[in-house]
Formats: sequence, structure tokens, C-alpha cells
Amino acid sequence: MNGFFDIPSDLQHSWPGLIGLHVREALLPVAAGLLLALPLAQLCVRLRWLYAPVLGVTTVLYAIPSLAFFVVLIDYTGQTELTVMIPLAVYSLVVLVPAIVDAVRSVPQETLAAATAMGFGPVRRYLQVQLPIAAPAVIAGLRVATASSISLVSVGALIGNQGALGNLLAAAQKYDRPELAVNSVLTTAALAILCDALLVLLRRVLTPWMPRGSGGGPRAAAAASQRPEAEVAAR
Amino acid sequence: MIRIDSVTKRYPDGTVAVDRLSLEIPDRSITVLVGPSGCGKTTTLRMINRMVEPTEGTILLDGQDIQRRPVTALRRSMGYVIQNAGLFQHRTIVDNIATVPRMLGWGKQKSRARAAELMERVGLDSALAKRYPYQLSGGQQQRVGVARALAADPPVLLMDEPFSAVDPVVRKGLQDELLRLQDELGKTIVFVTHDIDEAIKLGTTVAVLREGGRLAQYAPPAELLSAPADGFVEDFLGADRGIRRLSFFSSAALELTVDPVITADADAGRIAASGTPHLLVTDADGRPLGWAERREAAAGPVDTERLLPHGRPFVPGTDSLRAALDCAVLSPTGWAVAVDGTGRVTGVVSQATIAEAIRTAHTQSRAEAARQAGETGEPRDADAADRADKAEVAP
Amino acid sequence: MNVLTFVDAFFSDSAHWHGYDGIPQRLLEHVQYTLLALALAAAIGLPAGLLTGHTGRGGNAIAFIATAARALPSFGLLVLIVVTLGFGLLPVMIPLVVLAVPPILVTTYEAVRSVDPAPVDAARGMGMHESRILFQVELPVALPLILSGLRSAAIQIVSTATIAAYVSLGGLGRYIVDGLYQRDYEKVVGGATLVALLALATIAVFWAAGRLAVSPGVRRHRT
Repeated sequence: MNGFFDIPSDLQHSWPGLIGLHVREALLPVAAGLLLALPLAQLCVRLRWLYAPVLGVTTVLYAIPSLAFFVVLIDYTGQTELTVMIPLAVYSLVVLVPAIVDAVRSVPQETLAAATAMGFGPVRRYLQVQLPIAAPAVIAGLRVATASSISLVSVGALIGNQGALGNLLAAAQKYDRPELAVNSVLTTAALAILCDALLVLLRRVLTPWMPRGSGGGPRAAAAASQRPEAEVAAR
Repeated sequence: MIRIDSVTKRYPDGTVAVDRLSLEIPDRSITVLVGPSGCGKTTTLRMINRMVEPTEGTILLDGQDIQRRPVTALRRSMGYVIQNAGLFQHRTIVDNIATVPRMLGWGKQKSRARAAELMERVGLDSALAKRYPYQLSGGQQQRVGVARALAADPPVLLMDEPFSAVDPVVRKGLQDELLRLQDELGKTIVFVTHDIDEAIKLGTTVAVLREGGRLAQYAPPAELLSAPADGFVEDFLGADRGIRRLSFFSSAALELTVDPVITADADAGRIAASGTPHLLVTDADGRPLGWAERREAAAGPVDTERLLPHGRPFVPGTDSLRAALDCAVLSPTGWAVAVDGTGRVTGVVSQATIAEAIRTAHTQSRAEAARQAGETGEPRDADAADRADKAEVAP
Repeated sequence: MNVLTFVDAFFSDSAHWHGYDGIPQRLLEHVQYTLLALALAAAIGLPAGLLTGHTGRGGNAIAFIATAARALPSFGLLVLIVVTLGFGLLPVMIPLVVLAVPPILVTTYEAVRSVDPAPVDAARGMGMHESRILFQVELPVALPLILSGLRSAAIQIVSTATIAAYVSLGGLGRYIVDGLYQRDYEKVVGGATLVALLALATIAVFWAAGRLAVSPGVRRHRT
């Protein structure tokens, strides 16, 4: 496949440059989503009545296709990276909140009672007991959000070359060079698999008490997000 | 009759769940398989309806190898009740119960009518028919489980720890209900439990299994209590098996006395005639009020406000020697109060008299056992032992 | 100027309500693509998921498919297939189906696996045939989760079919893609609104399907 890495100059980036851009555009929103999701989830755990409406709103937000989301934002943020990253952060938030709420709630009552009886305050109990026990489910949620984010950045190509590796797809059509599309798909998929592997590794480091190999299957992810994990794989 | 003939279940990893087990399960009786976890009792039960296939050995149902019958037909001829009932949460109670009749091709109307009949039989309010399982309590769900198993009137009922998940009060109710149902229906019941008290209460015959799936003892409950085969069975039965064995002796033969029984308005001469330090005072109707000191009673009219409590009375013939002894032990005077079915005092009996009755009952039981052994030339057959020991007494 | 004025302008322009580029026509196209792709994906994913879920075999393969499906970029796959196979309904259907099968397959498998084993044991013990156990005991209980898998797949197809306008497919995405090229922002926002509404309608349809098809005993049991 000739010219596989021969990136057209109008993309203004080398192949590694596109990868770096893609990583940034995909992972910053996930990080932002996580930072927002933690307090929001804790609020939902404390105020039980809040969870149902939050779940309703997230389900609706989640259903809105990324392209529709992007173009509505153009009016406010222009054809920039931010226009791509804001919806991705929202999707991440939407995946992570139920994952964290369900995980924190699923910590057995006896465990919490034991912690309280030992004199843990609410903050310490949250940080040292609830969050670590919920960690596998939170990471399962992160895996779904990260994979989705990496896949969706490419759609940014449609709103004026904001798609990083996705811009290769536009170039493939424009210059009739299918190998660029192959490059885009393979690189994006490889990136997603790599990030997924890193998250699995992170889980093993964070939760040495869990048996190896568990929590990695589809069940953990499905349980974590309360919705089928593959829903976000594509938009 | 179900005949389990040197059956072994060995799993691919080498674990032996059941080891050369042989049992004869008589018709129209409750056979309980009991033992600690890992003793293969559930595996044995599940081999009877071929939920588990034995590695070696055969199981005969009415003389026919169960392997020769189509597995679904075999299972449909046996009711199956499990822990937590295993109800179908998407079906109403009446449809849950009608499952097997529907499978057997009965019409919808007929199946539902049968289900309604069974609900009544197991003590479920017909108002529950259209409810879903989540709307029922654990005890009610278990009753539905039993009704569902009985729906197609199978001759055999397999019950796998059916009452383990409910609280003790509900469990006792379910056990009593099962005994009552069995009196009416006369099914061949195989019942698995880890609770030895449940086994003794329900079992016509009890098979005690030990770890590794070997049979430790197979005997009627009374014999189990009087003559445990070895240390394992003795340990498993627990410390107070002597007391528990008294459940199988009738209190009918107890000699009651009415000498210390007086009415509240009895005259001094009547009081003086009794030779005991305490007197049981009854009302004019013959119902017990409490115990009075003879010295005080003789001094004047009995003050019914100052009587000692009479404790729970027993009903001779209906209650066992254990119940009588319990009444005597709990009574402040050491005397047990006997009443008839309507609660009128028929007499009182002392601990010493009860102890004498216990000795007599043991002697008779041994003599009966020896006679049985002499007749058959082998350990006693289940039905005979049952007649000898159970003596019409509800444990 | 804000988004709402664009939306208002788009929907009040009567030209947008007629002809091959009218809203009814585009909406119909979008719904047709979605139904066709969903039907094909369900025809593959449902039987496979029910079978693997019932037997419990193939869990590793399912986990692998799930991971792989997450890693596949939908837009990339769409463009790749179109640039290699050319335009047309069939080449576009391939990525849509490929992307919709995994959520159906994985959730169906998980749904059947997570059914309480006690009623299944009871059903087997009372002599129910395996097929009957699957369809009359496991399926009714697994149905809410299976429907959620189908809903995910449907939403995903609605989304991806929007992007498919980029490779010359019809449907609601046309307004967005054409609008972007023509710098007609009114059209872009109008299209985006329609797609979002269709996605919400999809959720509503599945919610209604759940109310109709799931036994009250199961529905109440879960909450």
C-alpha cells in the first residue's frame, strides 16, 4: 500500500502529529467528564430523589447523535476543537455518572456500617472505602467512555477538519486514496485498544484484591454503565 | 418405590459427590436426606430426576431403570420444589402453578381450575391468584412452589431444601403444612435438608450422609436418636438427642392423678384429703387457674389472685412424653397439668411419674426392636420401626 | 441570532416540506435505513445471543467481539467501506449492521446469562424442554435488557446513518452535510434538530415496547 503514511499537506499534520491531536481531543473530554461526574454522582448517591431525573436527562442527551450535537455548537464555539470536545465530555459524563452511582451504591451496607462503626467520617469513608470498592466499575465506565470518545473524534472531520485522524477519511475521499481511510480506521482502532489495555492495567494496579481477569468481561462494563457498553462505540 | 443401587457420582475434576450409595425409598412416605454441606444430598436428589446423571450405578423407579424413560416424561412425573421456590417472575401465581398441566396439554380452563384448587390446598388465599411472585412473602412463595410441584398430581415429590430460606416461625408453619398435606395426599417424598431437627420432624425415614457422599445411617428418626450408628451421626444429632427422642413416645400411658386438683370454692376437708404440698386450682368449668400452697389453702377460701402460674398444659395422647416432661420441668411445682382437647383439667402428673414412664417406654422400645430383629433377621424395616416408635405422636 | 431562530426559520420555510429533499421524504428515508439495518442486525445478533446465553458457551468470544466493536470507529468504517466498495445502499448497510450487531449480541447474551438460575432449574426439574425454557422462562425475564440492547443498536444506527449522508446517502443527515457545504446554517441546525428528535422518538418507541411486551411481574421485580 503505497503512500500509506503519506499524509496530504492540507491536513497540516504528520501522522504522529494527527495521533497526538486525536489523543488530546479524545482524552481531555473524558478527563473533564470524570471530574464533573464524581461530585455529581456523589450528589445523586446522597439525594436519592435526584438520581431518577439525572438518569432521564442523561439518557436523552446520550441519544443525540454527535453530528447534530457538533453543528449546534458551531454557533457558539465556531469550527474549533472545543466544538468537538464539549459533546464528547457530555457523553463521558453521561456514561460515568450512572456507572459511579451504581458502583458506590452497590458497596454492601455491612461494609459501610463496619466502616462507620470503626469511626470513619463520611468523607474518609467515601474516599477510603466506597471509592476503592467502586473503582472497578468506575474504570469499566471509563473504558466505555474512552473508546466512544476516540471513535467520535473522527466525526469532527465533518465540521471543518476538526477530526484529527478522522480528517484522513475526508482526504481519502477527496484525493481518492482508500489507503488513507485504512490508515485512519486502523490507527484509531489501535489507539482505542491501547487505551483500553492501559485502563485494564490501571484497574489491576488500583485493585490488587480483585482476581485477575475478572471485571474485564462485557458483564462488568454492562453492569457499570447500566446500559449496553457498545452503545457509544459509534455515532 | 425408588431404589438407588450403589450409585456413584464422580466429577471430571475427580471430586466424588456421591459414593456407592444404596437406598430404598418406600412409597407414600417422607424420606429425608440430611447431612453437612458437601455430603452429596442434593446431588443424590437431582439424580432421581436426572438433573444429574450418575457415573455408576442405577436408579429404579417402580422397578424400571429411570435411564429408560424419556427425561422430560420422567421429570413431569415428579414434582420438584427448590429453595426460594424458583417461581417464574413474569407469570401470575395461578399461571405458575398451572405450568406443568399446561405442558401436559391440559386446557387453559382445566389447568387454572386445578391451580385454584391447589392454592386452597396449600393454604393460599385465592385473592393471590392474579398477583405476581414479587408481591408475595417468602413463605407464600414457597407454598406456591409446593402447589406448582403438585399441580399434575405426580406420585413423587422431590424437595431440595425447600424451607431453608424462610424464618423459623414461617418454616415451622410450612413443615406442619407439609405433614398435613402428606396425610391427605400420600406422596412419595424425597426431602433434602441440612437441618437435623427438620429431618427428625418430617422424616418417616432419615438418611444421614457424611462428606464425600457416603451413607452414615438410614433409619427412622426415633431409631436415629436412640441408636446413632457412629460418632459422626451422634455429633450431627447434637447434644440433647435423649430429650428429643421423647418426642416419639406417647404421653397416653401416663398415670394422672386428680387428688391435688380442687375448685376455687373447695371445702377444707377436700383440701386436707390431698397428700401433696401444692394444689391445682380450677374454675367451676374445670379450667386451670394456678397452683396454691396447701397450707394457705387449708387456712381459708382460696385467693385466686395469689396463685402460682400453672404453666403450659399438655394433652395426653396428643402430646408426646417430651411435651409432658417440658410442662413438668417448667412448672413451679414440678407437676405437669394435663388437659383434654377443650382445655379442661384431666389431672396432674409429677416429674417422678414421667421419669418412670420414660423408663417403661425405653424398655418397650428395646423389646420391640429385638422382636423385629428376630423376625426379619436384619435391622428393622422402616414401616415397622415407625409403628413402634412414632406411636401416633406428632413430634 | 441563536439556534432557536434557525430552527424556527427552517421549519417555517414551506420549501422544506415538499419534494425529494423535503422533510417527510428525508425522514422516511432515515427511518427506512434504520429499520432495515436494525432488522438485519437483530436477525444475526438475537439468535446468536440467545443461544450463547442459554448454553453459557462462547462467553470469551462475546467478550472479544464486545472489545473489538468498541474499538472500531463507526465513521471511519463507513467511509472505508464506501471508498472501497463504492456508493449505494448495500455498502452503507454493511457498516451499519456491523456496528449494530455487537450491542444486540452482547446484551442479549448478558441478559440471558443474568436470569436467576433458580426458576431455570425449577423449569428443567419439572420436565420443560430446553427450547421452552429459553423462550418461556429466560426470554421473558431477559426481555427488558434485550430491548435495551436493541434500543442502543437503533440509536447507534440513527446516529451513523446521519453521518452516512457524507458518503451520499439520503436521510436527515443530508441537511447537515449539505448545509455545511452550502454554508446554510439554518439547514444544518434544522437537520440536527430533526435527527435529535428522531433519536428521542426511538427511545420513546422502545419505552412503549417495553411497557407492552414486558410482564408486570418482571417490570416491578426490577425496580
